[in-house]
Amino acid sequence: MTLLDNITLNDDGFMTIPAEWTEELAAALAEKEGIALTDAHWNVINFCRETAEDSGAAPTLRQITSGAGVTTKDLFKLFPKGPAKKVAKISGLGKPEGCV
Amino acid sequence: MTEEKNRHIAFICSKGDLDMAYPALIMGWAALGDGIDVTIFFTFWGLDLVTEKRVDKLEIAPVANTSFKMSMMGLPTGNWGIPNIMGIIPGMSAFATWFMKMKMKALGVPPVREYIEMLSDAGANMYGCKMTVDMFDIKDEDFLPAIDSVVTASDFMDMTEGAQIVFI
Repeated sequence: MTLLDNITLNDDGFMTIPAEWTEELAAALAEKEGIALTDAHWNVINFCRETAEDSGAAPTLRQITSGAGVTTKDLFKLFPKGPAKKVAKISGLGKPEGCV
Repeated sequence: MTEEKNRHIAFICSKGDLDMAYPALIMGWAALGDGIDVTIFFTFWGLDLVTEKRVDKLEIAPVANTSFKMSMMGLPTGNWGIPNIMGIIPGMSAFATWFMKMKMKALGVPPVREYIEMLSDAGANMYGCKMTVDMFDIKDEDFLPAIDSVVTASDFMDMTEGAQIVFI
């Protein structure tokens, strides 16, 4: 029994109940993606959580780079091979809406 | 055990109009965000997107563009187009270009130069077409830094084996 057994995911693997998300869960979700969370990761995750709280939607990559003060290069290094979905999944949010 | 090959999408950009610059940039960015490998080959007028002198001066012309309607400017004119005769008036392309740039900016879409840099930073591989580069006499120093190198059509075929190819 792990933390991941207690969450509700949709068919695409995104969490659907925001209240189920915790910081410990984020670490477990990240580990599943092969990522060990550092402060730089948390800066991005916290920004995404705050944005989603305000707007109701997961931010796009461009919103993350301009809003969280992280460069495109660093964002792709922190969350390699598909940061758009990985960041949203680890942050317990839905699929980002928007193209940029 | 064989390792599963990552999905790979390749765009051939052959147009230098402002409106035709964006499809590959937007789809390429989306692909990179989803972990898909991206290759972009710039040929003919598409080279305008990656040359220092042209990238900030891309335009859209209302002449002979049947999709250009007055209603795009928020006027209640339905399907009424901008007559071609008006499109040839000096300044109309500049106006249409200004208008499109304003609309894109309002949506948070970056200018082409910045977009190319974003794609490069995100790991897209970008190449110039050798034949066009020779024909237009473009030098290495004319390119934006994002361009990896100038390659032949055959090189492009080699590097996109198994990829999905989109021609724009």
